[in-house]
This record gives sequence, structure tokens and C-alpha cells, in this order.
Amino acid sequence: MNQYQLTKLAKRVGFYALIAVVMVYAIFPFYYAVITSLKPSSDLFRVDFWLSTVDFGNYVQIFTQKSFVRAIFNSIIVSLSVVFIALLLGITASYALGRVRFRGRTTVLLVILGVSMFPQVAVLSGLFEVIRGLGLYNNPAGLILSYTIFTLPFTVWVLTTFMKQLPMELEEAAIMDGATPWVTITKVFLPLMWPAMATTGLLAFIAAWNEFLFALTFTLTDDQRTVPVAIALISGGSQHELPWGPIMAASVTVTVPLVILVMIFQRRIVSGLTAGAVKG
Amino acid sequence: MASVNLSKINKVFGSTHIIKDLDLEVGNGEFVVFVGPSGCGKSTLLRLIAGLESISGGELKIGDDVVNDLPPRERGVGMVFQSYALYPHMTVYENMAFGLKLAKMAKETVDDRVMATARILQLEELLHRKPKELSGGQRQRVAMGRAMAREPRILLFDEPLSNLDASLRVQMRNEIARLHHRLGSTMIYVTHDQVEAMTLADKIVVLRDGRIEQVGSPQTLYQQPATKFVAGFIGSPTMNFMPAELLGSDGDGCKVKAPGLGELALPQDASGQRHGTDLTLGVRPEHLRLAEARGDNSFEIVNVEYLGNEVYVYLEPQAGDTLLIHRSEAPSQWQIGQRVALVPETEHVHLFDADDRALPLAKAAAAA
Repeated sequence: MNQYQLTKLAKRVGFYALIAVVMVYAIFPFYYAVITSLKPSSDLFRVDFWLSTVDFGNYVQIFTQKSFVRAIFNSIIVSLSVVFIALLLGITASYALGRVRFRGRTTVLLVILGVSMFPQVAVLSGLFEVIRGLGLYNNPAGLILSYTIFTLPFTVWVLTTFMKQLPMELEEAAIMDGATPWVTITKVFLPLMWPAMATTGLLAFIAAWNEFLFALTFTLTDDQRTVPVAIALISGGSQHELPWGPIMAASVTVTVPLVILVMIFQRRIVSGLTAGAVKG
Repeated sequence: MASVNLSKINKVFGSTHIIKDLDLEVGNGEFVVFVGPSGCGKSTLLRLIAGLESISGGELKIGDDVVNDLPPRERGVGMVFQSYALYPHMTVYENMAFGLKLAKMAKETVDDRVMATARILQLEELLHRKPKELSGGQRQRVAMGRAMAREPRILLFDEPLSNLDASLRVQMRNEIARLHHRLGSTMIYVTHDQVEAMTLADKIVVLRDGRIEQVGSPQTLYQQPATKFVAGFIGSPTMNFMPAELLGSDGDGCKVKAPGLGELALPQDASGQRHGTDLTLGVRPEHLRLAEARGDNSFEIVNVEYLGNEVYVYLEPQAGDTLLIHRSEAPSQWQIGQRVALVPETEHVHLFDADDRALPLAKAAAAA
């Protein structure tokens, strides 16, 4: 083996070593959560990197808790509603912002972007007043409202960029065929915008699914909580025991649907995210 | 079918005045082509008629109705777009039926109309395909079918062939011409290609900077261009232009002197011009004859193009000047580097004044 082949081999080995490091860094915490969730509580504090016995006790425990099942149900309702509302408003807004020429269009877009830059904590107290004023305290509708406020800006931005790329002549053809703006949006544009909608919809879903601060602040009773809060409030047998096993089991349970969704929409996400990249 | 009547039409975008006081009459069943260089306003004019742009001033009539403020669907116009703009997620059938369904027609009527249109355009085999499964020519036909299915009073074409390759363009041009012949419907067609304009039109409208330069049949535009711009735009290869000086004129014509050609007696009436004025002389390549060089009046042949049936000979008056073109049947005896004399056929020569307007023929010549 000569010098050249050796350096080539070394480079290749280094490359895969680097990949391995990145993989471990990214996946290890989740891997450890999965392992912990499958251990009986007696083994919990023995550090193991491989699983010797599989124990589903933690899963049985959380699924027999009524409040946890209820929280999953709440989370699904809230997240799906947020996705639906955000996409509906996002599509109609992006048509106006991407296609209709009007004074102050750029200003509106910038204001929308600006709103999304506020940290959650900054608007928390104000939003609390709004929600109480509307009588939505301790009600999933209050969460739907507050999450939509934070998901709409990027939904509108991504969809507007995408909408701008659809050829103008397509819309004009629809106008010549006698289509109203609503028909144009639903019959002509919607079928072409699935990649962008899958992307934004999924991101909105993940954001709503994982949100913690608002969920904690705007709900009071167990039967109105969403999953992240429910997990945080899982308590052990005594004040001095943190029930890691059930917490990990619950975390894995609520992450799996997201992983599956991402897998399904993976291709679409990529094409949706890069769609606005070339021409802006 | 309907006529179209434009009077004093204006279009202003912000501070740019695109269409300026334009008057035009399109007869019932006529095939009218708008032609001109890019930016002349021809597409804007078409979009004004379609209703995709609002009219800033003037009156637009389709048939007997003033349609200035009607939306496109109520004007009874169909349009074929340059990029076809077919709905990508719909089949050919759905593309053609879309407008009919939106007009809330009965299902059987929609079906009848689509099938009838498909038969005319030979699309019956393709009705269940999506646009991405079609070739360029087929997409073009579907785009026409979609515009025709609603049986519009006028059909508008916005550079419909510019996305096709050369051979397909000739074929589709032919199909459009035959379609017009068969349907007899009023068609307005925009192109920047003068060959398309010449071959398709009953009437050509040459536009320049938002104004009509000349309106007429292809033959009129070719034989009697009203301005130097039209003369240069229509015809390929383009007309040769040379400077000329007016020596004198009478009832039978005029006399000019052009460098390299000597003195010529021409049939134009130059009585309105002062002697000694600088004019422009225009001769089409086929109206020039070449002869053995004699005396001072000679040109060098700088290139010879052999096209099979004909030959283009390029001549350079003086180094750096625009080349002159001579066109004749093949074969040709002329070779690069030879010096030759030019003999224009004086009955086919055009003269343009300082404002680029063509001088009319003298009475005696016109009568002959």
C-alpha cells in the first residue's frame, strides 16, 4: 500500500468516525430515555448502556392513569386544531400577501415576522389577561388561540413564498375560466401546495405538541392539561422520589407519533423547505 | 363570434404610459395579429381586451357591448397563454371542463362540449392524461381546447408558439391557420415573430411604443410599408436601407442620388420635399440586382450564404457600414471578395423622408 492509498484510507476512517460522534451526540439522550423507560424501577440508578431485561411496567403504569390518557387526547385536539386553523388562515393570508398588489404589503409581512420574534415569556401576562377576558382560562380553546398566534407567522411566511412561485399565468387562466379567488385557491392552488402545507403543518403540529409554558399557565385542572405538562407533573410515591421510569415512558410515548409523522412527510418537508430557497 | 372595437384606448402603469390613444377595428371572423418588438405594448393590449388589466381610458366594445368594466368571464373571451398554464393536477378532460363546470352547466352539456372540442383538436385519445404526460404540441392543443370549450366570442393568443421548437412551431402555426379557416371565429394573436404574423394574419397591426405604426394585410405591409420601421420589421432578410439625396421631382416621380448607386429615377412623389433633402432609400433583398463592377460604384462581397433554394449575398458599402443583402435563386455565380455594382429595381424601391414616413407614389406611376 503506498502513501496515497494510506492517506485516502485514513481520511475515510476519520470521516466515518466523525459521523459516529455526531450520531451519538444526537441520538444518545433519546436512546437513554428509551432504555430507562424499559427498566424496572429497582434498576433505575444502575448505569447500563445495554438492556438486559425488558420491563413494560412503566408503560402499564402511565396508561392506567386516567389523567395521562386524557392529556394525550387534549394534546391531539389542540395540536390538530392549531394545524387546521393555521393552515386555513395561512393559505388565505398568503394569497393576499403573495398575489394581491396592495399598498403596505411588505410592511404587513414584516410586522407578522416581528410578532414571531417576541419570546413567549414577554407576552405571557398580557395573553393571560386576554384569555381570562375571553373566558378561555383552563380550556383547550385558550391553548389553541395562543398557539395559533405563534404558529401563524411562519405559516404565513412559508406559504407566501411558495404562493409567489406559482406561475402568474395559472391564476390568470383560472380567472379567464371564470374562477373567483376562493375557487382559484381551493381548486387550483391547494392541490399544488401540498408540499408546503405538509411542511408548515407538521412544524405547527410539533410546536403545539411540545409547548409547555402556555400549557402550564393557562390550565388548572388535570382533565384540561396537555401532555408536556402532564409529564412534568407525574409524581412519585413520596415527595423525595422522582419517578424517572414513568416520566421516560411517557416521553417516549409522545415522541413516537412525531417521529412517525416526520418519516411519512420527510420528502415533502425537504421539497417544501427548499422550495422558497432558490427564488426569494 | 363578434367584432372588437377599440377607441382611444389608454393604459397607464404608474408613471409609464403603455398604450396611447389607440383606435382599432377587428372585424367579425377576422384573424388579427399584433406584432412589434418587445416592450411595444402588444401583450398589454391583448390583456386589456381579455380583461386581465384594467383600461385607463377609452372604450372597448366586443360585439355591441361596452365591456370596459366587465370581468373576463362575462366578456366571452377565451385565452391561450404563452406557458400554456394548464392546471397540472387535472387531466386534459378536467382542464377543458373546468370553466364549463364553473359556469354551472349541466353535466351532459359539459361532456358534449368537451368531446366536441377534443374531436376538433384531435385530443380524444389524451383526455385522461395529465399535462406532464403530454408533449409540447399536445399541451398547446389542450390550452387551445380549454379556451375554445367555452365557445367564446373571440379567441386570444399570447405568443402561443414561442415555447415550442422550430419544426413544431411551423406545424402548430399551420394547425392554428386551418382551425381559423374551419371555425371562422374572431381571433387576436400576439407575436414578436414577423413570419408568424405574415403567415397567419388577415390583418397585421404593427405596434411601436404603444402606438399603431400601420394596420393592413400582410401583402400591404410588405409592398407598401407606411414607415421605415414597418419596412424594416416585416420581411426576412430585412430591407436594405441607404442614404439618398433628393435632386428633383415632377409629376411623374423624382430623382435621387445615392452613394454607390449613382442617380436613380424613382416613381415616388417628392413634391412636398425640398431639393437637397436627405432621404432614406429602401430596397428588399430580392429587388436588388448584381452586375459586373463598373467605375466607382462598386461594393465588395463579404459573405455568401447558400440555403439550397436561394442564396444571400452580403455586401459592404464601406468598411464598418451595415451590410446590404442581395437575395437570388440558387445557384449563384458570385463569390466572396468580388467587387460588384448594385442595380435596384426602381419600381420596387421605397423612399422615406426625414421623419421615416414613406413617400407616396406619384399619380402617373400609381395609375400605371
